[in-house]
Amino acid sequence: MTTPTIRVQRENFDLQTEIDRLTAGRADIGAVVTFTGLCRDEGGSLTALELEHYPGMAEAEMRRIGEEAISRFSLLGLTAVHRYGKIAPGETIVMVVASAPHRQAAFDGASFVMDFLKTAAPFWKKEHLQDGSAGGWVSAKDADDRARDKWITR
Amino acid sequence: MKVKLVYFAWVRERIDKPEEDLDLPDSVVTAGDLLQHLKTLGDGYEAALQYPEVIRVAVNQEHVDHDEPIAGAREIGIFPPMTGG
Repeated sequence: MTTPTIRVQRENFDLQTEIDRLTAGRADIGAVVTFTGLCRDEGGSLTALELEHYPGMAEAEMRRIGEEAISRFSLLGLTAVHRYGKIAPGETIVMVVASAPHRQAAFDGASFVMDFLKTAAPFWKKEHLQDGSAGGWVSAKDADDRARDKWITR
Repeated sequence: MKVKLVYFAWVRERIDKPEEDLDLPDSVVTAGDLLQHLKTLGDGYEAALQYPEVIRVAVNQEHVDHDEPIAGAREIGIFPPMTGG
């Protein structure tokens, strides 16, 4: 029974380390797909994003999403790491690594996890602006809901 | 029913506290009832919950719909739509 590796942390992560953890000592994996989400500066207007999360539920919800992905796409491994705190443009926010015997399951698994993570995992982004003002909370996007819903109607 | 409420993002900012313990009246049965009750507790609550249809509710750290009962809840999270990832 494959279980997802889930972490919510302030510090940065290392993609290669996480890939190595999923693949070490096994010969049944034919595909590893990784996704990394980074903080944009939105055309130079942004100095940082502040990521707030619901401690406990964030991990629990990511775990539920990861378990669903493993079961649905028969993944051999799944790691998801989400950062919180103040994150500058160019820095990483989130990482997903999915491994499977073949590439389509690994692509689908990583994509599924990201689509649900964005719409169901309890994290919120607040903008810090170049002019020193606090900015506002980032609004949820309809496009993210549609990206999630395509997995439901399939 | 005594319950711990936890607030996040702009819901937390408008209510101006991260969490609190409340004794809920018996008339509060569903998550939606809870939001309507909280709206009556003051200007901050009113501002936070002005459009309750967009607010998300989690009971014991699991998402629930507004028509679901909250009986047996130890902790209820109230927050805006999520924007992580």
